[in-house]
Amino acid sequence: MKLKKILGAGLTLLLLSQLTACSTLGVKPWQRDTLAKEEMALNSAPLDNRLDDHIYFSKEGSSGGRSFAGGGCGCN
Amino acid sequence: MQLKQLANISMALAAASCAALGQQAEAGTLLDDWQFNSAILLYNETDRVSAGEAILTARGDFGDDKYLNLGLVVDALTGASATGAVAQPYVQSFTRPSGRGSYDVAPGVTPLDDTFHDTRVQLDASWEQPLATNWRASGGGHLSKEYDYLSMGLNGSLARDFNQKNTTVSLGLGYSHDTISPEGGIATAFAPMLLRSDYADDSSYQAAFDATRDRADDTKDTLDVLLGLTQVINRNWLMQLNYSLSMADGYMTDPFKLVSVVNANGEVQQNLYENRPDQRTKHSVYWQNKLHLGGSYLDASYRYMWDDWELTSHTADLKWRLPMTDRWYVEPQFRYYQQSAAEFYQPFILQAEPLPQYVSADYRIGKMNTYTVGAKFGTKLAQGNELSFRIALYQQNPQNDRVAAPGVLANVELYEKVTAVMAQVSYSF
Repeated sequence: MKLKKILGAGLTLLLLSQLTACSTLGVKPWQRDTLAKEEMALNSAPLDNRLDDHIYFSKEGSSGGRSFAGGGCGCN
Repeated sequence: MQLKQLANISMALAAASCAALGQQAEAGTLLDDWQFNSAILLYNETDRVSAGEAILTARGDFGDDKYLNLGLVVDALTGASATGAVAQPYVQSFTRPSGRGSYDVAPGVTPLDDTFHDTRVQLDASWEQPLATNWRASGGGHLSKEYDYLSMGLNGSLARDFNQKNTTVSLGLGYSHDTISPEGGIATAFAPMLLRSDYADDSSYQAAFDATRDRADDTKDTLDVLLGLTQVINRNWLMQLNYSLSMADGYMTDPFKLVSVVNANGEVQQNLYENRPDQRTKHSVYWQNKLHLGGSYLDASYRYMWDDWELTSHTADLKWRLPMTDRWYVEPQFRYYQQSAAEFYQPFILQAEPLPQYVSADYRIGKMNTYTVGAKFGTKLAQGNELSFRIALYQQNPQNDRVAAPGVLANVELYEKVTAVMAQVSYSF
C-alpha cells in the first residue's frame, strides 16, 4: 500500500515536471545550429524513405504514416 | 516572376543538355540552384521476387523559399510470387492468371507463380512556396504506369508555424485514381481456376475460361488526409506526430491470388480466385523523434495502424547515424513490424463450410511479423556531394493465427518464411 502511494506521488511529480517543461519547449532562433543540420531533418534521407515505403507497401498489410498511404502501384 | 521562373527552367534545361553533350555549360551557376538525388536499389528474395528500382529527383530553388520538386522512378520486377494456394503432398497443376499456359508445383512446395514480371515508370512533380508570414503551401501530382496498372494522383498541403517556428501544424490532402487491367481480365469473385487438361479442346476451355471473367479492368479511388504536428523540444530534439486517414473505394482484390478449398483430409478440391471488400478505411498514428546525441543522430519512430479490415499493426524504426571520420559516417538501421490478420484472411477454405462473403489467403494480410537489419555507409565528397551505400536483410515471418490444419496440411508448411536482401547505392549532387 505504502509502495503504491510512493509510486503514485512519484508519477504525479513526474507528470507535473513534464507540464512545466512544456512552457520551455523549443529554442530561440540563435539556438538552431544543430537543428538546422541536414542530419536533423525529419526526412533526412528522402530517397531511402521512398524506396522503403514502396517495399513495405507491397510486402505488408500497412502503409503510410510518415506520408500518404495512397495508391500508386499494383506491385506484388 | 512567372517569366523569370520559366527562364530559369529553360536555362537549367539548356545547361543540362550542354552537359549531356559534353560541352562546357556556360549557365553552370543556374544549375547550382538545383539539387539532384539519385539511387539504385536491388531487392532479392530467396527463390522468389527480384526487383531493381532507380530514382532520380531534382529540387530547384527559385528564391524566396520557392521550390520545384521533380521525380522519376523506374522499376522492374521479376520472379515468383506466392499464389495463396496451399502446398500438397503431391504435384499440383496451376493455370496462369492470363488463362494461357500452366505450371506444376512439386510436392510439399508452397505454390508460386513464376511468371510474375512487371516494369513501372513513375513521374511526379510538386511546387512549394510560402503563402504569408508563417504559412507554407505545396501542391503536386503523380503519374505511375505499369503494364497492367495506372495510377494518377494529386496532393496538396498547408502548414502554419507558431511559437518562433518551434511548432508547426500541417494539413495534407491526397487523392489518387488507379486502374488495373490484368492480362486475361478480372475474374468474378470466387471463380474457379480452370485447367486446360479438364477440357476436350482449346475452344471449349477458352469458352469456360471466358465465363469466369466479367470485366477487363477495374478502378480504385483513394482519399488521404494527413494531420501533422512538429515540435522542437530543445536544441537537440525534434519531434513529429502525424495522424493519417486513408479511405479507399474500389477494386482491392489481388487478381492473381487464389485460395484453396480443401476436404476434411486437407486435400485440395479446387482453387478459387480470392475476393476482398471494395472499401477500406485505414488510420495511423506516427510518432517520430530526431535526436542529437553527443555528435551522433538518432531517428526513432513508431507507427500504430488500424483499419476496418481489422488489420492492426505496430512498426518501430531506428536509424542511428554515427560519424566515423570527418567525412564518413555509418548508420545501423533496425525495423520491426507486427500485424494481425485481416478479418477475412484464411489460409484455406474448408469444403464442408459455407463460402464466406470475402476471403483472401494472401499471407501479406495474414498474421505476420517482419524485421529489417541493415547499415548505411556514407561519405561527403567535394562541393557538398554525397555518396552512400546501404545493405539490409529483410525477414518476413508469417504466423498461424490458431487455424487447425486438417489431414495432409499438418505435414506441409502453410506459413513459409521469406528472406530478402536489399542493396542500395545513392548519390547526391
